[in-house]
Amino acid sequence: MSYNAFITRETIESDEEGPLADKAVAVKDNISTEGVRTTCGSAMLEEYVPPYNATVVERLQEAGATIPGKTNMDEFGMGTTTETSAFGPTDNPAAEGRVPGGSSGGSAAAVAAGEADLALGTDTGGSVRCPAAFTGTVGIKPTYGLVSRYGLIAYANSLEQIGPIAPSVEEAAELLEVIAGPDEHDATTREAPGSGEYAAAADGDVEGLEIGVPTELLDGADEEVVETFWDAIDELEAQGASYHEVSMESLEHAVEAYYVIAMSEASSNLARFDGVRYGPTPEYEGNWNEEFAAVREEGFGEEVKRRILLGTYALSAGYHDKYYKQAQDARAWVKQDFDSALEAADVLASPTMPIPPMERGESLDDPLTMYLADANTTPVNLANLPAISVPAGETSDGLPVGLQLIGPAFGETEIIRAGSALA
Amino acid sequence: MSDSVVDPDEVRHVADLARVDLAEAELERFAEQFGEILDAFETLEEVPEVEREADLVNVMRPDEAQESLDQEHALQNAPEDEEGFFKGPKVS
Repeated sequence: MSYNAFITRETIESDEEGPLADKAVAVKDNISTEGVRTTCGSAMLEEYVPPYNATVVERLQEAGATIPGKTNMDEFGMGTTTETSAFGPTDNPAAEGRVPGGSSGGSAAAVAAGEADLALGTDTGGSVRCPAAFTGTVGIKPTYGLVSRYGLIAYANSLEQIGPIAPSVEEAAELLEVIAGPDEHDATTREAPGSGEYAAAADGDVEGLEIGVPTELLDGADEEVVETFWDAIDELEAQGASYHEVSMESLEHAVEAYYVIAMSEASSNLARFDGVRYGPTPEYEGNWNEEFAAVREEGFGEEVKRRILLGTYALSAGYHDKYYKQAQDARAWVKQDFDSALEAADVLASPTMPIPPMERGESLDDPLTMYLADANTTPVNLANLPAISVPAGETSDGLPVGLQLIGPAFGETEIIRAGSALA
Repeated sequence: MSDSVVDPDEVRHVADLARVDLAEAELERFAEQFGEILDAFETLEEVPEVEREADLVNVMRPDEAQESLDQEHALQNAPEDEEGFFKGPKVS
């Protein structure tokens, strides 16, 4: 059956000899591919064909990878279920009838269904880790600045990174190795300290590993998810790791801070979609402003409009200090809390998502509940840190549960090593 | 969570600022949802003032002419263009 994992199936070949020469790597549809349409899951870009490749696409081609197509996603990355796509929802191959998570749900579903060997997603507030958790795959959100965002169509650029999704930790690490590294086209990229040999770190050796468990990320989580989480921690303990609980008070405000910052950045980033340089052909009578507003009404879906409006509101005169400034304070607080917690632990662990995959259609009418489901993933983006989601097990109904491991900045090898003990 | 609702006129004002037309039904739905969402955002008032140390530096490069997209490629996605330029709606 079709899971609707792809928006566009068009093969981009490479004849390079490289580490990915025999691999099909699906690419999320907000990453620019020269000559192959790139829609961001939006009617606004239904016919948009990028004139250049994203840096990560260049690197895939240099590594010999074949790209089998562009994967479905929540419109502009705005969603946790891949249901806000203008190209229809994606089903979950690991739990049919349930959502695959989002926003990189098409990438995760393609890997889970074997329609691609590996995939690239993007993670602004959990959009690689959530679908990995919901489909029983592995997903890595790299440290901010490890992977170039050149050619990624921006949603909230201070938060997002491109990251790999794969059936195993080692394969995800191999793909990360190919895409990581500084890029002159993205001034926020940095040379990572260390060898950059991520695949070699997937040796499963957790002897002596100290794991911190932030209690705030277990509060309010589904009971079976929490049970499955502790089973995974027990397994790591059995292999030589130890754990302690830690309280991080700032995390109680992280998801709200994330949404204020992400929506504010989105309101600015998405101002460019006005029907002049790309977008639906405008056929409205009126002046510049009226025509833009009509094109944007037609081209954007409801969730995108909601976030643009809330972001505009949060930045508008009289509200900036109340929302945006407070959110930036919360962001700094979260960073400090992570720094302290990671002084006493090699990695921090939590359930990736506090709930198992939702039934399709369940979340769309209640945006706030959908936002709050990102409580465990968004703090990591606020702190610019790396994190991995690995399969932790299943609920009694057979629904996948993910374990999230968070590392220090540029500590990808730590989380890959720890995660490889489980998958 | 309170059941506060944002005034639909306020939603309309923000939609004007953001240059997004809204259908009447959308406007009403947003007014209802925004009350609940903004209530959640207001919990940020409990966040203490935090000293933010910037450990990042600006990355600069020399301002030199480099190869870039040619006009043809830059215009390839434009719904309308004229003599090598984007064509937009009238300004007023």
